Amino acid sequence: MPSVCFYFQVHQPFRIKKYRIFDIGQDHQYFEDHSESNLNNKKIFQKVAKKCYLPANEVFYELLQKYPQLKLSFSFSGIFLDACETFYPELLHSFQKLVKTGKVEVLSETYYHSLSFLYSPQEFISQVKMHRQKIKKIFGITPKVFRNTELIYNNDLAKVIEKLGYKGILAEGADHVLGWQSPNFVYQPKGVKKLKLLCKNYQLSDDIAFRFSSKEWGEYPLTAPKFAQWVSAINGNGEVVNLFMDYETFGEHQWEDTGIFKFLTSLPGEILKHPDNNFVTPLEAIAKYQAVAELNVPQFISWADIERDLSAWRSNPIQEDALEKLYSLEKTVINSGDDKLIEDWRRLTTSDHFYYMCTKWWNDGDVHKYFNPYSSPYEAFISFMNVLSDLRLRIDSLKKDYKKGNSKTINLEGGCGL
Amino acid sequence: MFGWEFPPYNSGGLGVACLGLTRALASKDVELIFVLPYKMDLTIPNLRLVFANSRVKLRPVDSLLIPYSTVTSYQQLFSGLSSKIYANGLLAEVNRYALEGGMIAGKESFDIIHAHDWLSFGAGLAAKKVSGKPLIVHVHATEFDRSGENINQLVYNLEKEGMEEADEVIAVSQYTKDIIVERYGISPDKIEVVWNGIDPEDYQPVQPEDNGLSHWKALGYKIVLFVGRITMQKGPDYFLQAAKKVLSYNPQVIFVIAGSGDMENQIISQAASLGISDKVLFAGFLRGNELNTVYRIADLFVLPSVSEPFGIVPLEAAVNGTPVLISKQSGVSEALTHALKVDFWDIDEMADKILAVLNNPSLYGCLKENGQREVQKLSWKEAARKCISIYHKLFSRGEDNA
Repeated sequence: MPSVCFYFQVHQPFRIKKYRIFDIGQDHQYFEDHSESNLNNKKIFQKVAKKCYLPANEVFYELLQKYPQLKLSFSFSGIFLDACETFYPELLHSFQKLVKTGKVEVLSETYYHSLSFLYSPQEFISQVKMHRQKIKKIFGITPKVFRNTELIYNNDLAKVIEKLGYKGILAEGADHVLGWQSPNFVYQPKGVKKLKLLCKNYQLSDDIAFRFSSKEWGEYPLTAPKFAQWVSAINGNGEVVNLFMDYETFGEHQWEDTGIFKFLTSLPGEILKHPDNNFVTPLEAIAKYQAVAELNVPQFISWADIERDLSAWRSNPIQEDALEKLYSLEKTVINSGDDKLIEDWRRLTTSDHFYYMCTKWWNDGDVHKYFNPYSSPYEAFISFMNVLSDLRLRIDSLKKDYKKGNSKTINLEGGCGL
Repeated sequence: MFGWEFPPYNSGGLGVACLGLTRALASKDVELIFVLPYKMDLTIPNLRLVFANSRVKLRPVDSLLIPYSTVTSYQQLFSGLSSKIYANGLLAEVNRYALEGGMIAGKESFDIIHAHDWLSFGAGLAAKKVSGKPLIVHVHATEFDRSGENINQLVYNLEKEGMEEADEVIAVSQYTKDIIVERYGISPDKIEVVWNGIDPEDYQPVQPEDNGLSHWKALGYKIVLFVGRITMQKGPDYFLQAAKKVLSYNPQVIFVIAGSGDMENQIISQAASLGISDKVLFAGFLRGNELNTVYRIADLFVLPSVSEPFGIVPLEAAVNGTPVLISKQSGVSEALTHALKVDFWDIDEMADKILAVLNNPSLYGCLKENGQREVQKLSWKEAARKCISIYHKLFSRGEDNA
C-alpha cells in the first residue's frame, strides 16, 4: 500500500465549423472544416496524435513491458474512436496493442462525451449502451467501471450506474464533498447496494496535469523521485491513490520540451522502489479494498475549474439556452429514424460545445481561452444555434415527407424509440 | 496640455477624450493648464461642471482649427468662414498655433508638456524648445486613419516630426501603436498604450425621451444602431450593406444612423438604391439624454469602422446596456472582450452576428450583462493613472539628467 490507480481520459470533440445563418438549409456538414483553422477536426486530431497519443502510447507500452506490475486505465469517448478510425487508424491499432497487454482497463462512458445525464436519462442510457457496444467491438471487452463526462457525479448518477450493472464509478475528490475525509480510500455512494466509488486525488493528479511545467510553482521542477516520495508518504493513511487526468497532459498540455515524457518514463520505477507501493486498475482497486464510508453527494460535482461544479458548461444564459433548445429536439430527432440526423444531433450533445460558450473568467485569459478553438464564447454560440436551426429545418422537411407518404420514417411526434 | 476642442463644442470623440482625461487627471491632483487653439464660447455651466474645485486653467488661442480637418474639408470651411480667418490655410494655422504655444510656454510654469494629436504637436514642440521640459505626444488618430492610403504628406510630416521629437508617445491602442511603429518608424520602446475610457457614473439611468423608436419597438421591430460621424473612416456604407442582408432574413428591423458627416448624402442615396430606405432612419447628431435614450432602446450597437484608433462610442453603448458589435480594425476591440467582433469588410459575418443577437434573447442578455460589467473597468481614472505614471517616469528621467 498504497496502490496507484492511473486513469487517462482520451477524447476529442467534433468541433462545429464556422456556420453562418446563410448556411442554414444549404449545408449539413456541420463538422467538416477543411481550413487551416482550429475548427478543422482532422487537422487537430492528427496534430494531437503526433504530439501526444502516439508518443505517450509508445512510452506506456515500453513501461508495461519493463514493469509487469504496472497497470493503467483509459476512458475513450465513442466519438474519439470514430475519429480515430477515420483520421488515424494507425493510432487505433496502437491503443488496441496497449489494451491487449491485459494490464490496461477500459472504462465506460457516454458515447458522445455528453451532458445527457443532466437533461435526459433516456438519452444518457442510450449513449452508455452505444459506447459499451463500441468498446466491445474495438477492444473485445465489456467495461465494469463507469466514469461520466468530466467526472460529473452525484448520488442519482451512482444509482443509475448500479442499475446498469457496473461495479464501480469515478468522481472528483472535491474538498467540499470529502471534507475531512481522504480521497485515498474506496467509498460507497449513498443510496446504492454494492457500487463502489473512487475519488480523484486532485492534488497529486493536478501536480502532473496542470502544475508540472509551471515555474511559479514552489515544487518546480517536478521529478519522478519527488513525486514517488509524495505517493509513498500516503502509506499508512490511504489505500489507493487515484491519479486521474486527460491523456493530452502528455505532450499536448505539457509539451515534450517540458520533460513530461522523461518524467513519465521514470515514474513507475520510482514508485516501485518503495516495496509497499503497487499499481491497480479501477476494477482491481474496488475488488481489493473495502469501502471505508458512505459518501453523500446530493449536488453535482465535476473535475472542471476551481469550482468543481457544472459552471464550466452551465453558468450563463447562452449555455442554458443552447442546451435547452438542443434537448427539446431530442424526441423528434430520435424518433425520426433518420440515422444521419440522429448522429448529427448526438454529436451536438458533446460537452465541449458548451464549454466553449463559457464566459466565466473569459477576460482573465485562463484555460477556457486556451482550450477554445473559437475566438470568443459568443462565436461558439452563434455557430451552434445556426446549426440547430438547420437541424430543425431537416426535421420539418422529414415531417413533410412523412405527411406526403414518401418516407419510411415513423413516429415523428411524441413517444419514445427506446 | 495642448488640445483643440471641448464639449459641447466637439464634433466627435476627441473632445470627449480630452474632457474625460482632463477631468480624471484633475481629480488625481495633477495641475493642468489646458491650451485650446481657438476661441470657444465655453459656457460657464459646462466649465464649472468640468473644472469645479480644480486647478485647470483654460487658455484659448484664436484660430480656426477643428479636430477632424482633412486639408480638403479645411479649405471648404475656410472659404465659407473667411471673415474669421487671418492666416492662410491649415498649415499656417498650425504654425501660428505653434508660435502661440511657445509664447504661452514662456509665460507659464509647468513640468510636462502633453499634446493631443497632430494639430497641437507643433505647439507642443515649440513649448518644449522654449522650456526644455519633456514632451508627450498623445496620438488619438493618425493620418492613415483619417484618409486611408491617400494621406496628406505635410500632415504626415508634422505627425512624424512630433513623434520623433517627443520624449514619449502615447497611443490610444496597440492597433495605433502598430501603425506608429510601421508607418512612422518610431521605436516601440518609446510608445506606451493608454486606452481611452468613460466615466461610468456619467451614465445613470435617465428618463427616456420619446423619440419615435419606441413605436417601432411596440410593433415588434428590433433596433440596430450606428453612432458616429458619417465619413469613410466610420464605415457607414458597410453598415448599410449588412443591413440589406439582415433585412432579407428578418424584415422586422430598423437601422438607425445617428451622426452627421461628409458622406451623409451618399449614404442616404445608397440606402435608397439598396431599396431599404424605409428601414433606415437618420437621427442626426445626438448627444446627452437623447443619445442615451437611443442606446437603451437599441437591441444592438454596431461600430463598422474601417480604421478606428480607439472608439469610445462602443463603451457608451455598453455602459447603457446595449450589446456591441465592433470592427476588428479598432482599438476598442482590444479593450472589450464581451463584444462581438468582425472585420469591417466582412458583410456576411456582420449580418450573421447582427441576426444572431436579434434572434437569440439569451445572446442579447449575456452580452448586455457582461458588457455592462466589463466597461466599468475601462474608466478615465485608469487612463489618468497610466498617464501619471508616464509623467513620473519622464520627470525622474529629467531629474537624473539634471
